[in-house]
Amino acid sequence: MSSLEREIEELEEASSSEYERQRVPDRALKGPSAFWGMYAGEHTAGTEFMIGPLFVKWGADAFSLIVGLFLGNLLAVLTWRYLTATIACDERLTLYYKMEKIAGSGLVKLYNLANGLLFCFLAGSMITVSATAVGPFFPPGTIEMPTFQSTMPTGPAWIISCIVIGVAMTLVALKGYAVVAQVGHYAAPWMFLVFVACALVTLGRLGTADIWALLTPPAGTPRTISFLGIVFFSWFCNAAMHIGMADLSVLRFARKPGAGWASASGMFLGHYVAWICAALLLIYWVRRHGVDPQVGKDPGTMVNDAVGWAGLICVIIAGWTTANPTIYRAGLAFQGMIPGLSRVAATLLAGSLCIAAGIFPAFAMNLLDFVGIYGTILAPIGGIIAVDHFLADRVGIPRDPAERSGSAFNVVVLVSWLVPVAVAMWLYKTQGVFASYLPLPSAIACGLIYIVLSRMAARDTIAVRA
Amino acid sequence: MKAVAASVGILALAGTIVPPAVFMLQSVAGGPEATPALSLDVVKTVMLVATVAWFAAAPFWMKVE
Repeated sequence: MSSLEREIEELEEASSSEYERQRVPDRALKGPSAFWGMYAGEHTAGTEFMIGPLFVKWGADAFSLIVGLFLGNLLAVLTWRYLTATIACDERLTLYYKMEKIAGSGLVKLYNLANGLLFCFLAGSMITVSATAVGPFFPPGTIEMPTFQSTMPTGPAWIISCIVIGVAMTLVALKGYAVVAQVGHYAAPWMFLVFVACALVTLGRLGTADIWALLTPPAGTPRTISFLGIVFFSWFCNAAMHIGMADLSVLRFARKPGAGWASASGMFLGHYVAWICAALLLIYWVRRHGVDPQVGKDPGTMVNDAVGWAGLICVIIAGWTTANPTIYRAGLAFQGMIPGLSRVAATLLAGSLCIAAGIFPAFAMNLLDFVGIYGTILAPIGGIIAVDHFLADRVGIPRDPAERSGSAFNVVVLVSWLVPVAVAMWLYKTQGVFASYLPLPSAIACGLIYIVLSRMAARDTIAVRA
Repeated sequence: MKAVAASVGILALAGTIVPPAVFMLQSVAGGPEATPALSLDVVKTVMLVATVAWFAAAPFWMKVE
């Protein structure tokens, strides 16, 4: 057995001992401190360097950025605390096991496929952002950097940069997942300070500390995102994690639901502060170098210009530490889909898809839309779990129906999931509805359809028995 | 050893944030055209040294759960 196979076996052993198919026992529960650092690290990612400048491109005003982001992130924290953490501490099961009890193992595989593919596009965006940090190490013009308007690769040098970074990330995801998690943990406080340092240097270079004035777009700037858009974006950019219940897998280890407050570290340090800091970077380039906000500037160049190599290291590490677990999770999702696929082959497949997605800047440059679509597709499952947990007994439908009936594929769940997602996608594609508005109504509609169909199915069963 | 590493870590974090803060304060006080006493090149160099120090020290004192 090679050392790689041994390590993979150890990883599988470790994961199988994480109570994936049982309630987390009391002895394995953790206090809130375990979650504060985790959330801060997980939500200070390379993509934050994209999101802040994209707000500038979309003409967000100072009130929307300062008040709207605060409100949206607060709502996200409250969702984590009162919805996700409450269910997690009552059930103490992973999302996948809880879903298997409701939807059946066959439908979990379909969810895994959707989840795995979306994870690949997300990790691809992180590869794109990290690759922009390679450019400043070479003479100007060697690697043509993508702009907000880039959808296709900018040239051979760009493709090579993405491939090199993507291959490195995939190999590390294969071999050293634990090491990456550790580096991410160590890097979190430093990364946050680098974001703040970028903002401080930018304020210094612009000669003002009046952040409100700087964040106010010049007159005539087209405004394509409203106050409400900013609130909903910041509330639902992690919709799959909170309302979609993916974080049941994490918060089931919490001693009390109060651990859900730990998400505040990720939302207010990683999102609120980091996004505003990143937005200031582009504002400097617009004001001092005349860069068109609709075209933008790549994160690598802006960060290198502000704080030098420490910033470039931050861009690479921020992308790397978040892309690696994402590639690893996508690999697990594919492994669940394809019987007999080894962990190595699944991770290589996921890594290849991530690299392919990373080469095309379209995903990273449309991140505001992408995270909304990501949430719209995955969040409705959370609506079903919330109904099962809080309402099933009250509305007279069975809890954990697939487990009770021994079904491997609960058609009621499939229909309840696909109908609102299809309607939401239609609204997004044809009516131009902002993607971040869609996860909440999709999840609520999914829960309501699930109640109606489950009651109908229960009535039919009783009628057949009679 | 742990105490030394923790001290280096705290100094490294200070080295990451204090120079940009000083640069900002000096620049804002002097106006957009003023040249701050602490140059941006120095800020960048101190931040790089602090980065190396942070990652060298962190494994010796930061607890990973």
